[in-house]
Amino acid sequence: MVIEKDLVIIGGGSAGLAAANAAYDSGVKSILIVEKGPFLGGILNQCIHNGFGLHEFKEELTGTEFFTRLTVESEKRGIEYRLNSFVTKIGEDKSVYYTNKEEGYVRVKAKAIIMSAGCYERNAGAIGIPGDRPAGVITAGQAQLYMNEYGYLVGKKVFILGSGDIGLIMARRMSLEGAKVLGVAEIMPYSNGLNRNIVQCLEDYGIPLYLHHTVSHVWGKSHLEKIEISEVNDALQPIKGTEQVFECDTLLLSIGLIPYNNLLNQLGLPTSRSRGAWVNEHMETKMDGVFSCGNVLHVHDLADNVVAEAKVAGKAAALYLQNKLPRHEELILVEPGDGVGYTVPCEIDLENAEEKIPVKFRVRKPTKECYITYTFNGEVIKKIYKQTIIPSEMEIDPIPKDLFKGEKSGKLVVSLTPKEVK
Amino acid sequence: MFDIIIIGAGAIGSFLARTLSQYESNVLVLEKENDVGNVTSMANSAIVHSGYDPVPGTKKARFNVEGNRMFPEICEELDVSFRQIGSLTVAIEEKQLSVLKELAERGKKNGVPTKMLTAEEVLAMEPNITKDVKGALLCPTAGIVNPFTLTAHAMENAIDNGVKLHLGEAVKAIKKINGGFQVDTDVATYEAKVVINAAGLYSEEIAKMVEPISWKINPRKGEYYVLDHFRPGFVNHVLFPLPSEKGKGILVTSTTSDNYLVGPSSEFVDEKDDFSTDPLTLKDVRAQASLMVPNIPFPEQIRVFSGLRATPSTHDFIIEPAKKNPNFINVAGIESPGLVSSPAIAKYVVEELVSAVFPLKKKANWNPSVRKYIKPSEMKDEEREAFVKAHPEYGEMVCNCEQVSVGEIKDVLSRSLPCLTIKAVKKRTRAGFGKCQGGFCQPKVLMLLAEHYGISPLEILYDKEGSNILLKESK
Ligand SMILES: Cc1cc2nc3c(=O)[nH]c(=O)nc-3n(C[C@H](O)[C@H](O)[C@H](O)COP(=O)(O)OP(=O)(O)OC[C@H]3O[C@@H](n4cnc5c(N)ncnc54)[C@H](O)[C@@H]3O)c2cc1C
Repeated sequence: MVIEKDLVIIGGGSAGLAAANAAYDSGVKSILIVEKGPFLGGILNQCIHNGFGLHEFKEELTGTEFFTRLTVESEKRGIEYRLNSFVTKIGEDKSVYYTNKEEGYVRVKAKAIIMSAGCYERNAGAIGIPGDRPAGVITAGQAQLYMNEYGYLVGKKVFILGSGDIGLIMARRMSLEGAKVLGVAEIMPYSNGLNRNIVQCLEDYGIPLYLHHTVSHVWGKSHLEKIEISEVNDALQPIKGTEQVFECDTLLLSIGLIPYNNLLNQLGLPTSRSRGAWVNEHMETKMDGVFSCGNVLHVHDLADNVVAEAKVAGKAAALYLQNKLPRHEELILVEPGDGVGYTVPCEIDLENAEEKIPVKFRVRKPTKECYITYTFNGEVIKKIYKQTIIPSEMEIDPIPKDLFKGEKSGKLVVSLTPKEVK
Repeated sequence: MFDIIIIGAGAIGSFLARTLSQYESNVLVLEKENDVGNVTSMANSAIVHSGYDPVPGTKKARFNVEGNRMFPEICEELDVSFRQIGSLTVAIEEKQLSVLKELAERGKKNGVPTKMLTAEEVLAMEPNITKDVKGALLCPTAGIVNPFTLTAHAMENAIDNGVKLHLGEAVKAIKKINGGFQVDTDVATYEAKVVINAAGLYSEEIAKMVEPISWKINPRKGEYYVLDHFRPGFVNHVLFPLPSEKGKGILVTSTTSDNYLVGPSSEFVDEKDDFSTDPLTLKDVRAQASLMVPNIPFPEQIRVFSGLRATPSTHDFIIEPAKKNPNFINVAGIESPGLVSSPAIAKYVVEELVSAVFPLKKKANWNPSVRKYIKPSEMKDEEREAFVKAHPEYGEMVCNCEQVSVGEIKDVLSRSLPCLTIKAVKKRTRAGFGKCQGGFCQPKVLMLLAEHYGISPLEILYDKEGSNILLKESK
């Protein structure tokens, strides 16, 4: 079956929904959202805790409530979507192929595409945990899925590696379910979770947090039997003599999220250091009319920021479809400098840019009393003082267009500079 | 009484079963694991070696070359992915060039076609190889195979042709009885006229149950990295360094699923069930591989694993009847190149050794093929459209990374070969083999298994007994 749409949105999570709504409001009426899951909302379906919506809706909501609002908005607009529908590939001609039970295999000839397929969890395979590979070593999100959607517990005696928010929330959930959570080991000397979660999910339950520790061995021929944790040195390698052994049946991993960007990778599109696509200020990738936003572009800590980014992509797709988003030869490259992990965008087309260009990035490690320095073609154009800045929180700085003084090409470097001591 | 009992359902046991299924005989396979091909036959390099490397005149040389010739047809019959991509043995120092010449000579003696390539020719074929390359030996008959379906489909085909398979039964004792042997497992007792020992790492223990032996099997570990399918054509051939006394060295290759494999290390270990991995060993694997291919993108790593070679003290495959018991046949010490050799070994064992003690008569109606495995993700668009329209369950995706549908999972669950665990589903269909390592699909696979067998999800195993994923219902 072949159908035609102006805009196909891949992934109906918060990014996809917000992008669809924004594109619609900017004049695009022929939109199709393709979602692999059985409902819209994506990962937020798993987030039955609160902490969402403070920016976007000015009140604190649970993840589920948050996306319900987005869904209501898209239903009001009558935006078409398919559930349980899996996108298998994107063609060079921007055909989007998906498959489902009802329609079979469908080719959608799209004029523009927004990629918003979310992220996946870093897992045991990616880090190659030393020792055996038994059952019972499982990602926190997967354990959450088994619990919230299927009603089963993956363990009774649990240790957690990584202090990401999903891990912390699962520590509390599993404790409430009667499991014994023995501790959380975090390889960095600081936690990667929100402070609020450390207090409410660990401290309130008396669960110890071992900072600068990692799991240095895993035992179990069939199911997990025990683990060993060790303190690590500055090179993050285990220090001999610091080993502690815990008997447990489950090791939950909460060690990071990675953009699930396969479909764009298969097209050979360049990526950034976030492992998402290389995009400009309009979230447009290196392929004309293909945009990316949300966790598939870079992992966000707040759904509100996802929505803001998705709106940019949705509006940009509308501009593109109206032939109002030309590409220009002159570009400003945006590069992560000292202490900065990645940036979104990776390039700025100044002629198309709005008055303020949001530059988003994460720092590599927590730093106190420092500046975020924006250097354009060797000259510092902006400096922002920060009392503290941490990797678990994404930074967003709106950069005024006039700071570039009409210069449309060159290099903008974002770096972290220590406060000078006189 | 069975005519023949095969102990072990690795590649060797499975090809023995398939070969025997061509004849009028009553065959039982006993396997201690919950699945076939669950030990050495699943954790290896999966290279269909050309056979230039084994010492001429050895069993390794003979069966490797014979096996290699059998592979194209067998993989066609058994619907197993096989790609004859050729191998390059790469010299990175001037003085290694003379070794390549010796290897080419050896290849000639073994009957293996080879070709010497200059550095320029190598770089033209393999742009990611080190610029220091001095030359390479091309073996065009080498290939890569899917080791998981190789064993499974061979056994499925055997079962379809009448062989019986008992999974989860470990052989504990063997007694001589009138006209054959009594074989005791931890579950039951069986009798057979002929017993074939294909127990891999444990073939020494099994052989000793019948009579004293002069050889030993020592487990030798190989550790690997698996990288995601980040880019087709990163390497195009199986790339080997020069072989040493430790084996064929750390190779870099693509797999039949377009992943990349880097490994194996080579170290003797004490335990035959030690499949652990060690960061320092892996670091060394990485360093050595980087000498040959300097820019391997290790951040694309999706898994590390290890396999154990059943290394014989005799340095060659042990394929012979027990000294005092001609109807007890040892097929032991089948280390590399055992996978490629397995069909040839099976043919030899059946035609030469079994036939000497048991009259073999060909069946009239032997079917060499398994029912075709249907994978919509490998179809052309129009074909896929028509197929999924007619078979809706193939449009319902389970595994995102490897594109496996409900239809494919139900297919493997409905075959004659039992598919009991999450890992068995993974090996048959690839669901869970991708970059998210089952993060998205494992719950769905687990529920499909529970539904198919009509049991509680709590009872579903990942792999071995005790490897349940779910431990309790939530409140
Ligand atoms: C690191 C490594 C790399 C390799 N690379 C290659 C390669 O690239 N190409 C190649 O051709 N070969 C390769 N090999 C060799 C190849 O994997 C083996 O030769 C082959 O898989 C051996 O098959 P098998 O059936 O003898 O052993 P196995 O697969 O180990 O099967 C033996 C079976 O016997 C069962 N068993 C044992 N004891 C009992 C008992 N008491 N009762 C019942 N069942 C029992 C076991 O559970 C097992 O399933 C490699 C091996 C390793 C380890």
